[in-house]
Amino acid sequence: MSVTVGVVVFPGTNCEHDVVEAVARAGGEARTVWHADRRLTGVDAVVLPGGFAHGDYLRPGAIARFSPVMAAVEELARAGGPVVGICNGFQILTEAHLLPGALQKNRGLAFVCAPAELEVVTDRSVLTAGVAVGRRLRVPVNHFEGNFTCDPSTLAELVDQDRIVLRYVHNPNGSVADIAGISNEAGNVVGLMPHPERASDPLLGSEDGLVLLAALLASAGAPMASPRSGAPPVPSDGSGSGAFGAVAAAAT
Amino acid sequence: MGAGRSGPPADGDDPGPAPDVALHRGLGLTDSEASAIEALLGRVPNHLELALYAVMWSEHCSYKSSRVHLRRLPTEGPGVLVGPGENAGVVDAGGGIAVALRIESHNHPSAIEPYQGAATGVGGIIRDIFTMGARPIALMDPLRFGPLDDERSRWVAAGVVAGIAGYGNAVGVPTVGGELVFDQAYAGNPLVNVLCVGLLPVERLVLGRAGGVGNLAVLLGSATGRDGIGGVSVLASAGFTDDVVAEEAKRPNVQVGDPFEEKRLIEACLQLLDEGLVVGIQDLGGAGLACATSETASRGGVGMDVDVSAVRRREPAMEPWEVMTSESQERMLAIVTPENLGRVLEVCGRWEVAASRVGVVTAGGRLRILDGWGGEVLADVPAASLHEDAPLYDRPRRAPADRGARAADDPGRLPAPEDPGKDLEMLLVDPAWVYRQYDHQLFLNTVVAPGGDAALLRLHAPGVPGGDGRALALSADGNGYWCAADPRAGTAAVVAESALNVACVGARPVAVVNCLNFGNPEHPEVMWQLSEAIDGMAEACRSLGLPVVGGNVSLYNESAGADIDPTPVVATLGLVEELRSPPPGVGLVAGEVVLLVQAPGAAPSLGASQWAVRLRGHRGGRLAPLDLAAHRRLVEVVVGLVAAGVPGGVHDVAGGGLGVALAEMAIASGVGARVAGVDGHVGLFGEAPSRVVLSVPPGRVGEVIDAVVAAGLEAVELGTAGGERLVIEGLVDRGVDGLRQAAARVLPDALGAVGSA
Repeated sequence: MSVTVGVVVFPGTNCEHDVVEAVARAGGEARTVWHADRRLTGVDAVVLPGGFAHGDYLRPGAIARFSPVMAAVEELARAGGPVVGICNGFQILTEAHLLPGALQKNRGLAFVCAPAELEVVTDRSVLTAGVAVGRRLRVPVNHFEGNFTCDPSTLAELVDQDRIVLRYVHNPNGSVADIAGISNEAGNVVGLMPHPERASDPLLGSEDGLVLLAALLASAGAPMASPRSGAPPVPSDGSGSGAFGAVAAAAT
Repeated sequence: MGAGRSGPPADGDDPGPAPDVALHRGLGLTDSEASAIEALLGRVPNHLELALYAVMWSEHCSYKSSRVHLRRLPTEGPGVLVGPGENAGVVDAGGGIAVALRIESHNHPSAIEPYQGAATGVGGIIRDIFTMGARPIALMDPLRFGPLDDERSRWVAAGVVAGIAGYGNAVGVPTVGGELVFDQAYAGNPLVNVLCVGLLPVERLVLGRAGGVGNLAVLLGSATGRDGIGGVSVLASAGFTDDVVAEEAKRPNVQVGDPFEEKRLIEACLQLLDEGLVVGIQDLGGAGLACATSETASRGGVGMDVDVSAVRRREPAMEPWEVMTSESQERMLAIVTPENLGRVLEVCGRWEVAASRVGVVTAGGRLRILDGWGGEVLADVPAASLHEDAPLYDRPRRAPADRGARAADDPGRLPAPEDPGKDLEMLLVDPAWVYRQYDHQLFLNTVVAPGGDAALLRLHAPGVPGGDGRALALSADGNGYWCAADPRAGTAAVVAESALNVACVGARPVAVVNCLNFGNPEHPEVMWQLSEAIDGMAEACRSLGLPVVGGNVSLYNESAGADIDPTPVVATLGLVEELRSPPPGVGLVAGEVVLLVQAPGAAPSLGASQWAVRLRGHRGGRLAPLDLAAHRRLVEVVVGLVAAGVPGGVHDVAGGGLGVALAEMAIASGVGARVAGVDGHVGLFGEAPSRVVLSVPPGRVGEVIDAVVAAGLEAVELGTAGGERLVIEGLVDRGVDGLRQAAARVLPDALGAVGSA
């Protein structure tokens, strides 16, 4: 049975077509979902794609988290459904407190668009289920605010709970602990800065992104076999204060 | 910058002109132009009418100094759907897909306010593309700044790059390449050119014209403010003086960009076009509403009534002439039938794009500006007169007096370098610091990224049928050194290089657009350069079968009386019929044979070369000759070899000569080479057109040489690739990694810290 991925489009989003195409290459189906929709019907998983939702005004993701669709995304996440935020989508997930921490401006204060080598840190997430831990993947990054940060206790929690999903082999942005992607406690909500859809065709220099998208489709197709079936599908409380704590820490 | 503060008095400061004389001069019109307007109207124009003519008859909008020469360019070809004169050129790519492309300059705004100048240049060129019904899929930015050791030039360069990144990334159009040049000639007047390419289903092609009396003109996008008033006349159509205070005062003439508004505008307009809701559509760029209303009406052979009070404004108390000539960004004018207005407003509402009815198409060809429907008539002029009756100047031309002496001053007589390897290292600049700041991958099209000879993109875009394995290539090229030495031959060589660049990624060149950056056209030497350059371009384009489908002329690029080097920039579009795997790209493969393929009897010259100008400050000498017929055969041979997957690496030999080409190949692949037979520093750094270096598997060298010889070209076996050093016998012996590091250091060292300052 084919899995359908809902790709949310906010005004200013620009990677939605690329994600739809790459999901199809990975063997799934994807359709776009308008940010003003309040329902996610017929969707097995959600991707918040990259771009500049609402122009990144105020702060990346700060306005998008209030778009009507986000209530439905949160509901899906609470129910254990796969939710993946790529780049701007990751920023939105932290602003929405579905993931802890925050994405601050890159070290060096410059936008960076370049290939990045990633290492899979855990297979206990919807994006890496079934992928060998330690596997290296070549997937591009493309961001100005990709420097993940969080307070030390949140970082300890991420490590202890095996929630660091992907790390950079060569850190391009100053991200704490070389973090490229993290998950919530249940592993069904994942945010990552690299763009798997941009590594989905040999013509583009890498197909490694398909490994991640295929894992997402597999996870979405077998919702009962959640990557952390032992963990209750509850929101990761405390992540909100983590995000704000991190902002405060960054300001000092 | 300039030390003096007392430039020549502006015309408006002449003692004793009558008030209306001061008025038209202040708007940038000459006395004879003002008389022509009066004759045309049969009465004295009012302030608003004068303001309309001032912007529309500006050099920037009317091409009044260049039109007489531009006519000599070849503009037609089998695949040309739309040639010059529209918002963008459109070329049929086959299979129901067309490519729209255009290049523009944003030189003067970027000189004054680098970030916003460059950002709004990007925004403007993107609008030109989606105006045609095309989805913008790629940008390129040929950039020229003053030297890196000049503080202000560093500030301008860093600001321009940040502006392109800030706008282009956020608006969601990848920047896939460009050019980067630092030279004293551009210290007071940088060149910021912007190219955009879009794809469209052929049936979605729309033109910027109004039609159907009673149809409505709907203004979409941003509210209108006081930014950018007089941008085309005061800013773009006059040179910079050495009066710092006066130049700083031009800052409000620069517009401010909002990429988020533009992103929503793109999506809304493409949806309007997809649903067939507009009769015609036109972006508001230079000269704002004055241009968009009169141009759509004039092209459609109709008139238009415009209610200036219906234009949404950012600030109170704007005068009608300010509203009509404002260059506020992110605005479009759509011509729609009354019955479609409701649906148009609905689509705009979804994308949060403001839309208001500001005009109605009328019979009779008059452009009337009204204060409220049925209200006072504020201006009433023939719409077409703003375009078609613009003055046409055949300005005096004169070859520079020192032309002969300069040509005779051959840098081949300069002493040979003691350490050619050191000189080679100094010529290498890795542009990655720039293009890493640009999203160059969006839409999953970028097969060859910035840094190659040309960008190679899949022929594929959202909302456009495609993905059938075809690809397009783009290369933007200019060379002010060559064109200063010989504008005609130099421009021809630039066209030739651009065509060869797209061939190096396996694409057949099919069309070009140009951006003609020159100095003050009132200087006869500049007009001579422009005329010569156009002739050189025409000759090369005809020989290579390349129609010129669009262009832009940027004049008055001068500072404190000094004109820039003539810098025509050419962007070539190439097509690939079937792309199965990425082309080999710039690089060497260990164990392969390094071959130089060239026109017979190529004789590299140090005249106007990178080595002579950049390292020795010597700008004299002659260019190596260009055989256009042989060049065309070379282009075909290279396309054939790359398409057949023969070479393991390909690189055009351009600025910096064979030495730089070999070093760039070594750096790109991390593979060295040992080559011989390079004839001293002239052979190493001398420049000549029609040369390509190939890395070829030993077993296929015979087949390559056969193809080359059959085409009447010659192949020179230079040596073998491999190892960690680049050894050019008798001249250079350097580690590849050291060369790579030297090249990579240049821009971060000079510009790295500027952005955060």
